[in-house]
Amino acid sequence: MRITQGTFSFLPDLSDEQIAKQIQYALDNDWPISIEYTRDPHPRNSYWEMFGLPMFDIKDAAAIMADVRRARSEQPGAYIKVNAYDARYGRQTTALSFIVQRPANEPGFRLARTAGADRTQRYGLEAYAMDVPEDERYRE
Amino acid sequence: MATILQPPAPERDRFSAGVAPYKEMGYWKPDYEPKDTDVLCAFRITPQDGVDPIEAAAAVAGESSTATWTVVWTDRLTAHDRYQAKAYRVDPVASAPGQYIAYIAYDLDLFEEGSIANLTSSIIGNVFGFKALKALRLEDMRIPTHYVKTFQGPAHGIVMEREYLNKFGRPLLGATVKPKLGLSARNYGRVVYEALRGGLDFTKDDENINSQPFMRWRDRFLFCMEAVNRAEAATGEIKGHYMNVTAGDMEEMYERANFAKEIGSVIVMIDLTIGYTAMQSMAKWARRNGVVLHLHRAGHSTYTRQKTHGVSFRVIAKWCRLIGVDHVHAGTVVGKLEGDPHTTAGYYDTLRENHIPTNPRNGIFFDQDWASMPGVMPVASGGIHAGQMHQLLHLLGEDVVLQFGGGTIGHPDGIAAGATANRVALEAMVLARNEGRDYLNEGPEILQAAAKSCGPLARALDLWKDITFTYESTDTPDVVATPSY
Repeated sequence: MRITQGTFSFLPDLSDEQIAKQIQYALDNDWPISIEYTRDPHPRNSYWEMFGLPMFDIKDAAAIMADVRRARSEQPGAYIKVNAYDARYGRQTTALSFIVQRPANEPGFRLARTAGADRTQRYGLEAYAMDVPEDERYRE
Repeated sequence: MATILQPPAPERDRFSAGVAPYKEMGYWKPDYEPKDTDVLCAFRITPQDGVDPIEAAAAVAGESSTATWTVVWTDRLTAHDRYQAKAYRVDPVASAPGQYIAYIAYDLDLFEEGSIANLTSSIIGNVFGFKALKALRLEDMRIPTHYVKTFQGPAHGIVMEREYLNKFGRPLLGATVKPKLGLSARNYGRVVYEALRGGLDFTKDDENINSQPFMRWRDRFLFCMEAVNRAEAATGEIKGHYMNVTAGDMEEMYERANFAKEIGSVIVMIDLTIGYTAMQSMAKWARRNGVVLHLHRAGHSTYTRQKTHGVSFRVIAKWCRLIGVDHVHAGTVVGKLEGDPHTTAGYYDTLRENHIPTNPRNGIFFDQDWASMPGVMPVASGGIHAGQMHQLLHLLGEDVVLQFGGGTIGHPDGIAAGATANRVALEAMVLARNEGRDYLNEGPEILQAAAKSCGPLARALDLWKDITFTYESTDTPDVVATPSY
């Protein structure tokens, strides 16, 4: 399966040139960029690991792309996303967030069920990748 | 109200028994300077032939505040100057002879804190049936921040909803399950599953899906949650189905909403037909229970659509924000339902922005400050399809739910294919916009390029390429000619 979190997951994987243009758009809006990665792709995992602090003062898309490449080389097989943050009063939240690396093989999720009373069911989503310790997940 | 047909009466004592013109009883004050704390209204008045527009405006002020048809001595037991609404300005509408915009100020003391029922009982209570007017329309209302702060406001608001759903940087996508009536619960859930796994964020009950003989509410909720959870597992995304909890009484609505929450739904929905007080109760429930609240504006066109009589939707939009819903339908411009582009832009600004300046072009009569009350996510629904994506993004922006019911379920390759077509079209358009392309003019090429790697989008573009709904709008601002899309 293909996890479709993020702004552009239904498009073919973005090229570095396309990624750089999105970063430029964010910088033009005064949205600082951050890079995050994870090996736990549950949709409610709000806290992917931070690949450094948000780059509040970097206004150069090429410099940020260098960090994207460094993240890929240091975290092979992980999900990596680029976030743009809008700190304006009244927003103060993520403005754009898209995946820039995903594992070659995405095993997806098990839907766990527990039968409740009166035909109800409790559902739980579990990534198959979580069945092994973190540093053994998504080995190529 | 024979009095207002008569020539101006000679100066008389305000409290002489009998019938006095409203404008001489303190309801017309051309030198009044509205206070920051006043509720201000702009009414479009169409007086009966021969009725002085200023007297008509004063009568509206009177009948929507303290007045009755004759002088009452008991006014003298009150600080009546304070409680009387004051018409302070009357402008003829240049493009519509016989119509006037009357500006009326109401003291904050006239209204109970946190009650849309009370606000509306005053301002649109009796006065709309007033015989001296052919027609009356409440065009806009400035709600002072002092009054705004007495309301809860959106249960979650746009920012919290996005953080909760983990979806950023693009409009959200939805679809209403069709056919609206007649599907069994199991078949209904099939539509939900296919649409969500195909790429939509939300599916929706229609306004008239409540709990009918062909499908009872509890069965629908159970099958829909199966569909939602299966789709989440298939995509790794958070999905939702607007569970319509509209029912005949509050007890039943609470029961349905609590059940939806217990089985894990992120969102429930209500219809405008349940009434303002019931909506406020459900907004409180939604805040308390962490469930997003969707409002379908069922019935609004009976009083919002005609330009001379009723209540503009921009006013309803303000009330909805105070009431505290998270979503409300606010028009598509390009779809099958009423919506001129400027007027619709005014609604969207009213729902989403924190400060909305006066803008006659968009039908906004007053500055409105929301004092940080979170925004409401507008929903665009009704006759829209993937081929219009560039127009939709341009007209409606990013904080909006685009709902493609027929445009998803009517896809020749199936519901999931229809959903995928919409999602790919959306993401391609956002990508192009962010890249700085002239996406509005290049929209068709951008969609065709995206369709090269997405067969379902190619089919959708081909099937619906000629579908447009080009009719003249009935509700337009006075000041500009209306472009059509």
